[in-house]
Amino acid sequence: MINWMKYRWLYLLISGTVILSGIFSLFKWGLQIGVEFKGGTLIEYRLNKYLATDKIGQVVKQNGIELVSIQKTATNSDLLELGQVSGTQRTNLKSGIEKLGVTVDELRFETIGPTVGPELVKKTAYAMLIACLGILFWVAIQFKSFKFGVSAVLAMLHDSLVVIGTYSLFGHFFGAEVDLLFVTALLTILSFSVHDTIIVYDRIRESKKNFGDSLYDLANKATSETMVRSLNNTFVLVFMMVALLLLGGESIRWFVATLLVGSISGAYSSPFVAVSILVTWDELQKKFKKH
Amino acid sequence: MFWTPIKRFILIIVLVIVAAYISLPPEFSLFGRNFARPDLNIKIGNFTLKRNFDLHLGLDLAGGSQLIFLADMNKIPADKQVTALNGVKNIIENRVNLFGISEPTVQTSVFEGKSRVIVELPGINNTQQAVSLIGKTAQLVFEEVKEVPGVKGATPSATLAATNLTGADLQSAQVVFDSKTGKPAISIQFTKDGGNKFADITGKNVGKQLPIILDNQVISAPVVQGQITGGSAQITGSFSIDEAKQLAIQLNAGALPVPVNLIQETTVGATLGAASVRQSVLAGIVGAVMVCLFMILEYGGLGVIADIGLFIFAVITIALYKLIPVTVTLPGIAGFMLSVGMALDGNILIFERFKEEKPKHEYHQALEIAFGRAWNSIRDAYAATLITCFVLANPFDWGFLNTSGPIRGFAITLGLGIFISLFSGIFVSRNLLRVFIREKKQK
Repeated sequence: MINWMKYRWLYLLISGTVILSGIFSLFKWGLQIGVEFKGGTLIEYRLNKYLATDKIGQVVKQNGIELVSIQKTATNSDLLELGQVSGTQRTNLKSGIEKLGVTVDELRFETIGPTVGPELVKKTAYAMLIACLGILFWVAIQFKSFKFGVSAVLAMLHDSLVVIGTYSLFGHFFGAEVDLLFVTALLTILSFSVHDTIIVYDRIRESKKNFGDSLYDLANKATSETMVRSLNNTFVLVFMMVALLLLGGESIRWFVATLLVGSISGAYSSPFVAVSILVTWDELQKKFKKH
Repeated sequence: MFWTPIKRFILIIVLVIVAAYISLPPEFSLFGRNFARPDLNIKIGNFTLKRNFDLHLGLDLAGGSQLIFLADMNKIPADKQVTALNGVKNIIENRVNLFGISEPTVQTSVFEGKSRVIVELPGINNTQQAVSLIGKTAQLVFEEVKEVPGVKGATPSATLAATNLTGADLQSAQVVFDSKTGKPAISIQFTKDGGNKFADITGKNVGKQLPIILDNQVISAPVVQGQITGGSAQITGSFSIDEAKQLAIQLNAGALPVPVNLIQETTVGATLGAASVRQSVLAGIVGAVMVCLFMILEYGGLGVIADIGLFIFAVITIALYKLIPVTVTLPGIAGFMLSVGMALDGNILIFERFKEEKPKHEYHQALEIAFGRAWNSIRDAYAATLITCFVLANPFDWGFLNTSGPIRGFAITLGLGIFISLFSGIFVSRNLLRVFIREKKQK
């Protein structure tokens, strides 16, 4: 049997590197906040032929609308991020572009007031808090120990940090924006993470009856026993997610990328973070009792 | 259980056939022939059961518009705000229905003292008309002109004084064309009470103007020729036909108890939605094929059983989406695919356990043990995911949690997926394996 718990320093090193580079990116570049959180307008146009983005930008400025960015989603589709746009400005903008000799099809129009963002952040925080508490108690009750619950929630926090940090890098290098879907992905990862953790825990609980009390040995045994399952399950998720990532279209790209990072992190964190913390905690507890 | 594996097997087959029938698209072609799936339409005596098995697509897939209005509750005392908000909701619902938009939804949400109305209009692209239809307060007031006597020889001035006749006294309003000018106008019919008030007011004001005021703006100020007792009147203003139609709808639906302002709008064109559906379906099929191949490569015969279980999972899920019905959104499709992953995880857990138990026990015994042992971890792990689904779906509409459609759609599809995968991953695979093993033993 492999002595997984002997290499805890390595897991700390890996997690530490990933999380610290994420935190570095968060402090240096922050997150690209999407329209849904900061307020503003998103318009996607499909034109019948190619039109340079700066020509569209000129029309935007002529109409007195604040221009944040214009991005091509295809050769003849453009995604405009703007400040607040009134009803008449919307009509004028479309007819203004049509005057440049193209037909314009408005695929999407979103406008969000500035008050909505902070509220979403609050609601998300509440949702995370409630989900964490619910899971903490559920795990603590099922495994008859708060140690298990707290370790599982710490692994969840680990995964959240990995995901948020990675997203900051995605944002800086590829322009991924924080939107409602990102929040959904983050919350899903919490449940994914704890799903995997419970499966490893379950083997510890089961072996405890037959193989005694040394949590160190039980943890090694459980990690070995669940390793193949964990890998196979991650493969299945990765297949699904890569298919969605490559073929699923623009609108869910970053959502799926977040889930992909999160599910890999979730599978990794179960034995190497949750169980490692659990074993370390147990060792410290015993040391203190001796003294 | 008195049920033998064979009987359960038959039950599963019947269930799958029913579910597969429901999940078929309304029209499809196979081997060059076209088929149509008729909808359920049963009539026994007075009892009629009619369901159409169509998938309900959300705004992001079918195209449409979501409008969020903030209700201005400044002048409403705290204890009456809930009533006022519900009034707003009902009136907006009436207006939208009178406008003739199919399947609109109107919801309210209150968070930290901010009252909102969320209106979803499928299939609408030109939202400007909808916004002005919904967002106008449409407070109609008839006012009298009162002469104020001039002080110390100054010229007398006139002020407007509100009468007790308002939009609430209307029975109905409709668009007519003025017989003299040919311009659109609104013909209104008062209630009995309103008719009496109107007769009273016109009687007192013969020869004077009687301004008609909508949302603090004078829309017309006709001169009363004589007392009007018929209980009906005509408002002529400078309306376009569209404006007149809109006003008629607003008057019929009633005035909003408080003013509302548009704070958020999301409109997705139908073409973008259709492209998203195509892409996700393609991605889903490719992903599913890869996953199925992986299961067969990794687990051989057991993998085939898991793939059959997965097919049954998909068929039952789609059938339930149609029956409940669940509104399918883009995040919802992602939720569905994740639940596919979880359904397979159940199988992977069991099969890995089976590999461990196989050297120690007989084949079929090892299988039963594997199912039994794996169940503990599956139960606890699924329950944890259900906790998150519950928080995200927010079924009790708690104001401090999210109420947005896409997140809910995701949570509901994921949660439903967990329950169905318990059925397909455990009940179905287990019984298929039992039947399969028995056949093997008899040979």
